[in-house]
Amino acid sequence: MVEAYLRQSPLSQLALPSRAADETGDAGVSMAERPFRRIVNLRGNPKSEAFVSAAKSVLGAELPLAPNSAAAGKDATLLWLGPDEWWAVSEDETPPLADKLRDALSGQHASVTDVGEGYSCIAVSGPNAIDTLAKGCTLDFHDSVFAPGSCAQSDMAKAAVVFHRLEDETPSFEIYVRSSFAEYLWRWIEDAAGEYGVAVTG
Amino acid sequence: MLEIKCPYCGPRFETEFSYGGEAHIERPKDSENLSDEQWGEYVFMNSNTKGVFLERWVHTSGCRRWFNVARDTVSYQILAVYETGTKAPKLDLRKDV
Repeated sequence: MVEAYLRQSPLSQLALPSRAADETGDAGVSMAERPFRRIVNLRGNPKSEAFVSAAKSVLGAELPLAPNSAAAGKDATLLWLGPDEWWAVSEDETPPLADKLRDALSGQHASVTDVGEGYSCIAVSGPNAIDTLAKGCTLDFHDSVFAPGSCAQSDMAKAAVVFHRLEDETPSFEIYVRSSFAEYLWRWIEDAAGEYGVAVTG
Repeated sequence: MLEIKCPYCGPRFETEFSYGGEAHIERPKDSENLSDEQWGEYVFMNSNTKGVFLERWVHTSGCRRWFNVARDTVSYQILAVYETGTKAPKLDLRKDV
């Protein structure tokens, strides 16, 4: 991992901190970058009791087995990506999970990969967040389909992303996108949200 | 636009998927001993079915898993979706297509 003081977020050239507002006012959409998250890709057989219990012992919660669902672990948010694939997302300050998972799963048919350096995360929230996302994605973001606590892999404005809808009263999404697409996607979303008013938050 | 029900993620738009051609084609076991004709048969000679066709799709933008689809090539109706490695479910095949 790169030394923290040397790191630059993929959106650093947009100078977002200088635009950050304390109040969102009447903006329909708030946007923020959540850079430098630790993301661990975990794969294994959910029918194997040893795998499930080892993962639980490290993550502090059951792996979400229902499709397109997220769960809150002790230090990490767990996202379902596929029938045998998850993400454990944690903040930079938390101790690295990958090593602990690797230790707990040693000898098992499972894989643990640190992928966080390749991604950034864009948070989009506000009363018009769903309208904005619907412009660039074929997923149905309505509450009845994509309730808070859901996650999904899909395309947003043709960029491959992972959506996570947070447990929040106002529609709040975190969109994980590959670093090389992050600036494009930010500009695209900001443009799409222009008609609702955009506030950049810290 | 097709709406394809990924057996893992649920219904998604066709743009998230990639097509993989005919399903249930078995790769010859001793491929190094095949004649050019036999190899060509395996690689190129797929059926061009008018009617119910068993084909492979991959959920590229989603879970990236391969699966099989039974689709009517005339109406584009998707009749069944089933996992790779399983046999096609019994279908009520149309005889008049």
